[in-house]
This record gives sequence, structure tokens and C-alpha cells, in this order.
Amino acid sequence: MSTALTIADVERIAALAQLELTGEEKQLFMRQLADILAYAEQVQAIDTTGVPATAHVHAGQRTEREDEPRPSLPLNATLANAPDADRDAGLFRVPRVIGG
Amino acid sequence: MYTAAAGWCLPRLNNSIAAGASAECDNYTAIHVRFGFRTPQSEAQLIVKYEPVIGLEIHAQLRTRTKIFCGCSTAFGAPPNSQVCPTCLGLPGALPVLNRQAVDFAIKAALALGCAVQPESIFARKNYFYPDLPKGYQISQYEKPLALGGAVEVTAAGKTTQIGLTRIHMEEDAGKSLHEGFFDSDRNTYVDYNRSGVPLIEIVSEPDMRSAAEAAEFFTHLREVLVSIGVNDGNMEEGSLRCDANVSVRPAGQAKFGTKAEVKNVNSFRYLQKAIEYEITRQIEVLEEGGRVMQETRLWDSSTGRTHSMRSKEEAHDYRYFPEPDLPPLVVDTARIEAVRATMPELPEARRRRFVAAYALPEYDAGVLTQSSELADYYEQVARDSGNPKAASNWVMGELLRTINDRGMNIADVPLTPAALAGLVALVDKGTISSSIAKDVFGKMFDSGRSADDIVAADGLAQNSDEAALLAIVHDVMGKNADAVTQYRAGKNQTFGFLVGQVMKGSGGKANPKLANELLKRELNR
Repeated sequence: MSTALTIADVERIAALAQLELTGEEKQLFMRQLADILAYAEQVQAIDTTGVPATAHVHAGQRTEREDEPRPSLPLNATLANAPDADRDAGLFRVPRVIGG
Repeated sequence: MYTAAAGWCLPRLNNSIAAGASAECDNYTAIHVRFGFRTPQSEAQLIVKYEPVIGLEIHAQLRTRTKIFCGCSTAFGAPPNSQVCPTCLGLPGALPVLNRQAVDFAIKAALALGCAVQPESIFARKNYFYPDLPKGYQISQYEKPLALGGAVEVTAAGKTTQIGLTRIHMEEDAGKSLHEGFFDSDRNTYVDYNRSGVPLIEIVSEPDMRSAAEAAEFFTHLREVLVSIGVNDGNMEEGSLRCDANVSVRPAGQAKFGTKAEVKNVNSFRYLQKAIEYEITRQIEVLEEGGRVMQETRLWDSSTGRTHSMRSKEEAHDYRYFPEPDLPPLVVDTARIEAVRATMPELPEARRRRFVAAYALPEYDAGVLTQSSELADYYEQVARDSGNPKAASNWVMGELLRTINDRGMNIADVPLTPAALAGLVALVDKGTISSSIAKDVFGKMFDSGRSADDIVAADGLAQNSDEAALLAIVHDVMGKNADAVTQYRAGKNQTFGFLVGQVMKGSGGKANPKLANELLKRELNR
């Protein structure tokens, strides 16, 4: 079963993921994404009448923690992988993200 | 839904809180005059012609010690990025584990607002790119939120309306972007992730409000409930309570809603009503000029008193929600709901009604005293211990609130115990001290922890009701103020107040005022 997926769909998804793709990559991902969707369609073809939707295989397990503070990271570790930071101020630095 | 733009885009903070939205009630007429419609219709006609439709989305920080999915502290004001860990920084491999207390607080809020807590709710990833969101998605709830339904009764302009609630869901807060105030702010944004992962509930109302005043009342009521049940601190300046408003207008009588704009960045009570009023007027003006209201997000700017469009990229609202695979569905059984219900204090509305009924207080007093459950508890103990609820109310609303407001304290930090204040009230009731002396005693008691009896005895402040002693003072005053006595006897009654003042002064403020009055009058009329 073939799923209709266009280059425009790939471009839209790439834009949402902040990705810049080459023409070749778009072709490649269009095919790969279509394969994934085709697989999902196979699964969807199974009759699941009467079977409740499953969001998680461990449903019903109660996994909560107590509201007890634990140590946070030291600042040098926090900023260790930052592409850019003001280490004295303890702040990450990114290109300006608001207009004006 | 909480989006990247909410709240934190402009770091400007407003220094007002809880002024009570109604204190700032500009009515529409004032707004219309200010903006000046170019059409020849009167403002009154325009108000009749259009009906505003308003819904609110409120984000309330839950008062937990730690974040929703990790053990980092939520304390406000810590140095930037000092309360972060691999989980709330979104580092690969870190897994979220839900905070039990956050869930209990969310359930408590839902119960207090009459919502139906769902037996199963599901966390979902809301995907979008913004630097304050380190994972590239926010963990929220989408198709199956924690609670559904509920309603709040709101009275504005003498009209009581039921405002429906759509849902309450749990989610994590984003970090804080700092766009201004740095030497390179024209090029760069700075990010502090201390807030990232702070637990929030989002309360979504139905579009049931029809005026800015009604929306302000609704928000005020919600804040009061959340604060009184201890799940939120009500502090808008610190961002722990935030409100976005969906505003549209439609021709009166039309069933279909107009196109809405979402007004964000309203970070003070004082401005919520103003921001909505501005937006209503703006939309009416657009329609009157033959234009079309755009569906968009608008930011409120308190410095200009306007909203302005936050131009968002195309497709910015495609969040591609899907169930969070790292968290199991949240299952809440009846036993848990009932356990939370058992911790519920009396809600402010019920307590207000009880204060009016049980203590014969005016509605106004009851409203002030039930602002917070701590204040109401304090008052009740003073009322009980002193046996004089009205006097207790006057002291708590007057001297006590004035003192704590002047000093910027919380009621919890007041050194003066309710029992000690009740002792002071009783001394006035018994006539041992006058009410003006009592105010001085209050000042001396507040920090010292000494009892009123002790201060009155040590400083010799007991009221003088000794008739012979007071009579001597009266005669002395009359002798020294012969002119005033003559004027009074000639029919100039105003001089009486002056003479009473002299008698009080002569007694060092300790004369029993009632007795001093009687004696002076008797002697003058002799």
C-alpha cells in the first residue's frame, strides 16, 4: 500500500523541526517517511474493535516520587555543553529570538 | 496552552498586586472616549451593538518544594541556572518522574473548583522550538487532562453569572528568556532554566464572560480559591500566577462567536481588566471601520496601555502532540481523591458567609478578613478569645493589616499572637484603657511579645475614671481657658471639642473620654 506523501509535506515537517534539508535528503526522507506510514497503515488494518486505546504499556503503575529536594548540578557542569554562555552571569546565550 | 511567548517575553515587572481588579474599573465609556471612534455613532450605541466574549487561560504554579519531574528546588530568586539537573535541562537519557505532591495539589484545585477529576489522564508532548524549552517539547496534558468541567460563580456590576470551566491539566513550566538589559541584547537572548520543569496547572474557562469586569472578577475569585487552599501563592510579579485572555466581539444577538485574539503577558491584576478593555475596543474599532479581526496572539504592554500583535511564523501552532512515552498514564483512584478532599479547608466564599452569619460582620469586613485563610484563622481566634467579634474585626482590619502592609510582612510572620491581641480588645471593652491609648499599646505589643495587661500596668496607662480627679482637671482647664468657656456659654458649641481636648491632654490622654465629656458639659452648663 502506498501512502501519498509529497515533497511539500517533508518540507513542512522539516520546517517544524528547524531542519534545512538538501534536495537529495528531501527525496530520501519522503521515501523513508512513506515507508513508516505504510507500516502504520498495516497495523491500523487490524480489527481492534472493543480494545481500549493504549497510551503506555505500563499503564496502571503508580510511579511517583516524594516532593523531596535533591542536589542540582554545579554551574560549570550545567554550562559545560552550552554552545555559548555568559559563565559569570550563569546564563545560556542564544541568538536573539524575539523581534523588535 | 502555554506557548513560548507567554509571560516571559518582556521582563518588565509591575509592582502591584491584589489591588483588587474592581478598584481599577474604567468602564467602556471611558475607553471609547479615549480612542475616539471616527464613526458618528455614540459610544452607547456601540456598546449595545457589540457583545464581547471572553475566556481565560490561567497558569498557576503549584506550591511544591521540587519540580514536577525532578528533585530540583522551585525556590524563587535563586542565582540563574543553579536549580537545574539533567532532567529539567533536557539532557539525553534523563527520565521524568512525577512529583506526588504536585498531583495532589492539582487534584485539590480541581475539587475546589468543582471539576471532575478523571480516573486516568495522559501526559503528552507539545512540540515546539524555543530556547527556553530545552527538550524541544513541553510535557503537558492534551486529549486526556486531569480534570473536566466545573464552574465558578462571579458577580460583576450587580449581576451574578456562572462561568464554566473547560478543563484543568498539569504541565511543566518553561525556562525564562531574558531579552533586554544586556550589552548585546540587540543580538542575543539569555536563558535561565531555574523555572524549567516547575509544576503548573492550566485552568481553561469556557468563553462565558461578557465584560472585562466579569473576567477580572473571575480571575480574582480563582486566585482567592487557589491561594486559600494552599496550592498557589498568588504572586503574579514572580510569575507564579499568570493569565491569558481570549477576546472576541460579535454583533449583539449573533450566536456565532467573532474571531478571537489571545492577549498574553498580563502580569498584574491591575492590568488584566485594562488589557481586555483595550482589546475589546480595538476589535470594535476594526469592525466599525469595515475591517476584519485577525486570529492572532497579542502582547499587552503595560507601559503603553496597548496590546500589539506578536507576529508568529506560519504553522507555529502545529504542536504535533503525542502521548509522552516516558511517563505512564496518571491513574487517580477514588481513595486518593477522597484523601485529598479530606485536607480541603473551608473555601473563602463559605467562610465569608459564615463570618457574616456567626459574627454579625458587615459583608465588607468578612470579605477583607477572608482574603487568606491565615488571616481568617487569625481573626477567628481574636474574635473567640476577646468575645467581641466586631471589635476584633476592627483591630485586625485596621492596626494589624496596616502594620503588616507597612512592613511588607506576611500574616504568618506577625510576632503578635491572636491571644495577645484579644487581651488588648478586652481591656478596651472593660474600659480599662481608651481606644486611643490602645493604639499605642498595640504598637508596643507588636514586636515585644509583652501582654497588653503588662504594658498598661508598667506604663501606668489605665484609664482614669476617678470622678474627683477628673473634675479637678476640668476646673483647671476652665480656669485657664476662660475665653473659650465664655464663648461656649454664649452659644458657640464648637469650642466644646477644644475644651474636651484640653481635658484629655491634662490627663495625659488617660481620662475616660465618656466621663470627661459628661463632667465638662455639666460644669459648663452650671
